[in-house]
Amino acid sequence: MKTSLKLMLAGTAMGLTAGSMASAETLRLLTWGSYAPDELIQKFEEEYPDIDVEVTFSNNEEMIAKLRATGGSGYDLAQPSHDRIYAAQLEYDIYKPLDLSQIDTSALSPNLLDGVKANTTIDGEVYAVPHQWGTSGIMANIKEAPDASGWADLCDPAYQGKTSMRLRRTILLGTAFGMGMNPFELYSDMDAYQDMLDQVTAKLIECKSNIKTYWSGGDDLSGLMLSGEVILSETWDSTAYKLYNENPDIVFVPPETGALAWIDTFAIPKGGEADDAAYKWINFVLRPENVTIMSSSTGAIAAVPNGIELLPDDKRSAVQAAFDQSDLDNLKFFANIPPGLEDMEGLALERIKAATE
Amino acid sequence: MRSDTGKLSLILLMTPFALWIVLLIILPQAGIGYVSLQEKVGPRQYEFGFKNYMDFLGEPIYWNTLLRTAWMSILVTILALMIGFPVAYYIAKIAKKQARAGLFLLCLIPLWVSDLVRAFGWIVLLRETGIISGALQWLGIIGEPVEMLYNDMTVIIGLVYTVVLFMIVPLVSTLDGMDDALLEAGYNLGGSRFTVFRRIIVPYAMPGIVSGCIITFMLTAGSYLTPILLGGKNSSWFTEQIYNQFITRYNWEAGATFGVLLLLFTSFVVWAGLRLTGQSLATTVAKE
Repeated sequence: MKTSLKLMLAGTAMGLTAGSMASAETLRLLTWGSYAPDELIQKFEEEYPDIDVEVTFSNNEEMIAKLRATGGSGYDLAQPSHDRIYAAQLEYDIYKPLDLSQIDTSALSPNLLDGVKANTTIDGEVYAVPHQWGTSGIMANIKEAPDASGWADLCDPAYQGKTSMRLRRTILLGTAFGMGMNPFELYSDMDAYQDMLDQVTAKLIECKSNIKTYWSGGDDLSGLMLSGEVILSETWDSTAYKLYNENPDIVFVPPETGALAWIDTFAIPKGGEADDAAYKWINFVLRPENVTIMSSSTGAIAAVPNGIELLPDDKRSAVQAAFDQSDLDNLKFFANIPPGLEDMEGLALERIKAATE
Repeated sequence: MRSDTGKLSLILLMTPFALWIVLLIILPQAGIGYVSLQEKVGPRQYEFGFKNYMDFLGEPIYWNTLLRTAWMSILVTILALMIGFPVAYYIAKIAKKQARAGLFLLCLIPLWVSDLVRAFGWIVLLRETGIISGALQWLGIIGEPVEMLYNDMTVIIGLVYTVVLFMIVPLVSTLDGMDDALLEAGYNLGGSRFTVFRRIIVPYAMPGIVSGCIITFMLTAGSYLTPILLGGKNSSWFTEQIYNQFITRYNWEAGATFGVLLLLFTSFVVWAGLRLTGQSLATTVAKE
């Protein structure tokens, strides 16, 4: 009798907790791998016990494809890069305007905030605010490739069979810069851009025999670099910083034409159902004590005024080893991608992939 | 009354199957077919037309990749048949009765591991700093590390390994039903080993050969992970172009067109294969 009563009580208690769990608000994040470390999620859920955080890891292209498929529902907060919002919104109508009064904008670095606002304003409404920024450039094993300085070195026969790149738009842009062109200035002129793409395509097809393989993700690239199979590669700086901790010979080299800078943002999908929770998350991760936790997971720099100082020690030393002030002044921020550009680039990438050496 | 219950049980039995076919096969295919006929004329504006199909024909990269995918899939199917047939014959006819179940199970075990893990297994073996390259160096056979990944040969090896089980399973079940008396009669009537193989075993196993070939061909042509992971920079596979159209180029219309074309083309290859070998689905796969 006593045990059955206890069981009943326990059952009721479990039912109650389950019931309260179910009524809690859920914040569904659509973000990059490592942009939602467990430590921060736990902290957030302790501070807001009525919010459950669910995370889906993705990348720029898949984020947009997912939101397009559902008409912007299924997620409450997404983190595409700043150049992927304007055209996607015009074409597919997948985001909703932000209520900036809900965001602690004073915590954000003013120049990054203004830059992102300028890039993502449609009809007077702002669709995104910055979160983390970083760059793309090249990574070299300085023991084997001490003189690597720019995008063109990836195709240098001196490193035959020992270089790598990701076959996506970044390498098209980088190669164009390496050939002395400025793709961002050509965005407004589609014919000139196609002409540039044709030159870049020819160059990268010629380069194909020089590279070992195309990498597809950070883990893939780490394996190639750490095993020594590849000594020079196009990379995200954050991946290079992680490898620097394991092998200090592997450093990030900002190309002499300027590292390509991206800003990952916060944007609220059109069908988001937890805007309040989304704003709470945004303000939460911008707090200085949380910025360090976030950056130690992402390897990227928070878009707050003292983002570099708030990096964890190891990452900060890696950044300082890679960049001096002139490199920082020379950053090339990705410009807004006009509609239709990705299709042109996609064809160029397929031509390169399908070419035989 | 009786026929009513009969009807009812028939309906109940057919419902899951019909739902599955309609909801998961026919509806999505119809949706893909519809999207493939949409022409984009501007942001959020579409018209009905065949432009996507024309674009496919106008760009040699696309149809070359489709042909390459089909050709390599046929090669993989043939290799899988050549490797799978002796294995299946051994399991069904030569091995002792007690050993058969165990051998069959051994063939199935790799299926318990996902494609992705198996592809990574090949990468660990074949990469420049991998196990085989290391072992060959240790034995002194080669002086420098060799890269065995990122070429067509590796892709074919990986694919054969992935699909050969789907060849073995139907072959074993067909050969299993063959009466040994047929073989003895063949030898008694003076047939050589080759004649017995050609005139008795192969015709008997034909249903298994046909269904095994269809399954392996379709699986290979539709595979995504293995060609991409093992092929690296030289893996042009048609499914990858479908992914690129959908994901990196945001061009769902072209992606859907490619999907339809892949289905039509592989169906055509299967049909052509049946015609060339003088078989038909009715006399092989659906044979009693």
